[in-house]
Amino acid sequence: MSEIRRVAVTVNGKAYERSVEPRMSLGDFLRHELELTGTHLGCEHGVCGACTVLVNGLSVRACLMLAVQAQGQEITTVEGLARADGALSPLQQAFWEKHALQCGFCTPGILCTLTELLRDNPDPSEAEIRATLSGNICRCTGYQAIVDATLLAAERMRGEGGAR
Amino acid sequence: MKPAAFAYHDPTSLAEASALLARHENARLLAGGQSLIPMMNFRYVTPDHLIDLNTVAGLSGIHASGETLRLGAMTRQREVEFSAEIGRACPILIEALAQVGHRQTRNRGTIGGSLCHLDPAAELANIAALHDATLEAESARGRRRLGFAEFAHGYMTHALAQDEILTAIALEPWPRGHGYAFLELARRHGDFAIVAVGALLALDARGNIARAALAISGLGALPVRATKAQDLLRGAKPTRESFLAAAAEAGKLDAMSDAYVSAAYRQHLARTLTQRALERAAQRAAEQPRA
Repeated sequence: MSEIRRVAVTVNGKAYERSVEPRMSLGDFLRHELELTGTHLGCEHGVCGACTVLVNGLSVRACLMLAVQAQGQEITTVEGLARADGALSPLQQAFWEKHALQCGFCTPGILCTLTELLRDNPDPSEAEIRATLSGNICRCTGYQAIVDATLLAAERMRGEGGAR
Repeated sequence: MKPAAFAYHDPTSLAEASALLARHENARLLAGGQSLIPMMNFRYVTPDHLIDLNTVAGLSGIHASGETLRLGAMTRQREVEFSAEIGRACPILIEALAQVGHRQTRNRGTIGGSLCHLDPAAELANIAALHDATLEAESARGRRRLGFAEFAHGYMTHALAQDEILTAIALEPWPRGHGYAFLELARRHGDFAIVAVGALLALDARGNIARAALAISGLGALPVRATKAQDLLRGAKPTRESFLAAAAEAGKLDAMSDAYVSAAYRQHLARTLTQRALERAAQRAAEQPRA
């Protein structure tokens, strides 16, 4: 029953290969096999959004995807959001400046979700940001500072990109 | 919160998937996994064999031909939500999808997975009922088409056989210029609705209601069409009085009661949401050029 499968994935630009049981979630795979502990598992049933990562650029819940399903896919975790030189991404920088986190448990998932949003929609309204954030639960701060940080990051990123 | 062990299969063709399904007992198909994996994590569901449809070619895609819109069963909800073609042809589908779970679950969740899971309050099941959609299924024994009423067998139960796989849903969007609205009440954005209402209205050249469809979910095990309300609307003027009368009929449909929500409250929501949906649909119909 507990067969072992070989899984080859690219995470944050780096290739990894491991042997795992098919029942292992992508979230556990990232944390326990690859030791990328930036991805946090909260509820493990798809409600809290803490484990959100990007799979081929799309935000998904790493607790609701099996590691074996990630075979051949490109994954970005919170560890992959900063630039190669260690400089924070504009979104991370704005989170810091606007105090958009407190305990930080939900932050990796929120950053991944909002990274996708800002890539697809460089000028989101507050309502769009809040609708997108509905899939991530934060129990410390409320969401006001997170929304403020996202608006600030979007503004700066539009400035960097030139045309709106 | 870890699933029990299972054998994992990743077939590359529908024939292979169907053969696996026929061969193995206690096997489950894995589509987007946004409902099945949580149930496996809770060990509500403990399949011995998990057959992944994500590796099967040819099960996803949006195809509009003539008056029919066909969505492959493995089409991601996200793909439909952001499709300009669907936005033009079937805007109610986008309004409904925006209320299905969250962005992260729609990125992975599929049209067919939601229809097969058949939660009583699922938005996509409501849309299927509203359009009298046709579902296409396939097994080694052949292909068949079922109307949604035939497919939706009972509480979270579809009518497909053990070896059958849902391959697509086909529906006929209403002609250009129709009005639409999809409204629901959920305790939090993205939760399953307590009650959801899908409404379609088409006006004739004189501005009277030529055609009306209303589907209500959350009252019972399956979405229902408010046929008496639809009958009242046909031929009527799109006025507040007509909508109140139709909404009153919708509020008389049978409803279930559970530990959280009484039948009377569900009926109240059916009435209120029907009235609001009709008003919004009529407003949208009036704003658009008629075909």
